[in-house]
Amino acid sequence: MKELRLMKGNEAIAEAAIRAGADGYFGYPITPQSEVLEYLMAQKPHERTGMVVLQAESEVAAINMVYGGASCGKKVMTSSSSPGISLKMEGISYMAGAELPGLIVNVTRGGPGLGTIQPSQSDYFQATKGGGHGDYRLIVLAPASVQETYDFVKLSFDLAFKYRNPVMILTDGIIGQMMEKVELGDQIPRSTREEIIKACPWATTGKTPDRQRSVITSLDLDSNKQEKHVLKLGAKYDKMEQDEVRFEKINCDDAEYIFVAFGSSARICQKSIEIGRAKGIKVGLIRPITLFPFPKKPIAEIANKVKGILTVEMNLGQMIEDVRLAVNGKVKVEHYGRTGGIIPTPEEVLIALEQKIIGG
Amino acid sequence: MTREEIIKKENIVYRKTPLFTDKPLSYCPGCGHGTVHRLILETIEEMGITSQTIGVAPVGCAVLAYEFMDIDMMQAAHGRAPALATAVKRLNPDQFVFTYQGDGDLAAIGTCETIHACNRGENFTMIFINNGIYGMTGGQMAPTTLPGMKSSTSPYGRDVKMMGNPLKITELIAQLPGTYFVTRQAVHTPAAVRKCKKAIRKAFENQKLDKGISFVEVVSNCNSGWKMTPVQANKWMEENMFPFYPLGDIKVPKE
Ligand SMILES: Cc1ncc(C[n+]2csc(CCOP(=O)(O)OP(=O)(O)O)c2C)c(N)n1
Ligand code: SF4
Repeated sequence: MKELRLMKGNEAIAEAAIRAGADGYFGYPITPQSEVLEYLMAQKPHERTGMVVLQAESEVAAINMVYGGASCGKKVMTSSSSPGISLKMEGISYMAGAELPGLIVNVTRGGPGLGTIQPSQSDYFQATKGGGHGDYRLIVLAPASVQETYDFVKLSFDLAFKYRNPVMILTDGIIGQMMEKVELGDQIPRSTREEIIKACPWATTGKTPDRQRSVITSLDLDSNKQEKHVLKLGAKYDKMEQDEVRFEKINCDDAEYIFVAFGSSARICQKSIEIGRAKGIKVGLIRPITLFPFPKKPIAEIANKVKGILTVEMNLGQMIEDVRLAVNGKVKVEHYGRTGGIIPTPEEVLIALEQKIIGG
Repeated sequence: MTREEIIKKENIVYRKTPLFTDKPLSYCPGCGHGTVHRLILETIEEMGITSQTIGVAPVGCAVLAYEFMDIDMMQAAHGRAPALATAVKRLNPDQFVFTYQGDGDLAAIGTCETIHACNRGENFTMIFINNGIYGMTGGQMAPTTLPGMKSSTSPYGRDVKMMGNPLKITELIAQLPGTYFVTRQAVHTPAAVRKCKKAIRKAFENQKLDKGISFVEVVSNCNSGWKMTPVQANKWMEENMFPFYPLGDIKVPKE
């Protein structure tokens, strides 16, 4: 029997974490994602699965708790919103450097600075281009519904352990706050100590006589060794680009124009497509699901067939840079977006298409 | 006498604990870091808890502690060791967990993590090396640098009006309900080393009781940062550091 529930995106993250068999969640309140920690505390996951949930003293502490837990091979995560994610950047860079799995959820709000508590997509650069220091990448998943938000929690843990790399879910205040029907998965048991030792021989589980000590570090003062390490990370990122690209195509077969949009913006674009097609405008949508690795190929391919592309993002134009790189000048690419927490309407998106692409 | 005649079990008065790796210590000759490493490793060996111990190394001269300690370890970002240890211990309550931090790490950049881990009453051991200076980065002023003490960023001596006062973090955290055992030790003489080892042993044993943080400060030297010979440094430490940071237990559990 399917278990269906009406849930907020933020609640879905929390419930998904418990059911994915997460060992630990460490967070700090910030709007619009505080429901993640609130829901977890109310659920008493310590009784449900033995999961540790702790309100940390700051986002800095929270991400470093994730670092500590991940070092022991545990399934651990944190969530926050934009200003808090900025504080986590040092820890995320350390995790990538030390090759630690872990999940970071950003329920994005408008910035820069304290900005606004209203939704935004202005952390695309931060999520996909570094944010923290050094040569590193995160796998970045962008859900467009509460169901996807739920599903991506387990997927993120799977990918994080597959690659020994942090994974970010980049969502926003709309999806975090809106309620939708969610089909819940079965409870996955938390890994036992024996399972962790077997699956994560690198983890600090306590040195036994049958193995070398485990050391979790991102430091190597020997430049040759450090370069070797960074090249190894690079090879891992290449493999992600090869194997982990996820995207959705909607109404693309006969399309003359294409929207490229992720998350909430993609939902808005779907409505714009409906209205546009009723008016005879053949428009489709490519929705990147992984923002890194970015779906370069499908965008490059469709650029050969269409007359123009409009990226729709709730920011000043960030993902457009990746779309333009993929399109490589083959066709016109423009951006439409709102900022400051304003959500564009499907109608204004369509007008932007007409003005910037069709008429432009 | 031949070498073989000397190396006999009955003649052994001291041995290097096998928990030291064979890597030569990178610390300056005479530095207290190496001695404290030894005391921690001997404690782990004597308690028979190698397979249950997880250490957290700082950023500072001890950043490479994991190269010398043959136990599972992780290396934290500057100041964050107590946050790591919080998660490690909560997720592995049967393990013995310790942080090893310098004064810059524990009492400047990591003050927030230190105070909150102590205040929550996390059940791990904190080893705090207070040498009054930033050793690793070349002798800059630390939160613990004494008034009037010279460093590369207080070249005319610490002017407390301009640079602020030294922070007695150990006295501060002793006030918190989450600390169980707080002590200040040194390793400059054999007697001090023996006392310090007892304190470290107690700080590890306490984890079995689940009563909160056990905190061992070691007032130590930094001959390189202080620009002194090891002998001069120890003398200077006794004359200047100990009056400001008096040795002894600061908070002892009521039996
Ligand atoms: C975020 C960050 N800021 C600054 C540094 C540079 N840094 C490395 S060690 C250190 C100070 C270490 O001093 P202390 O903690 O007293 O340890 P010691 O070297 O004296 O043992 C500093 C500032 C760093 N690595 N990371
Ligand atoms: S710089 Fe100072 S603290 Fe660092 S190893 Fe040398 S003497 Fe010790």
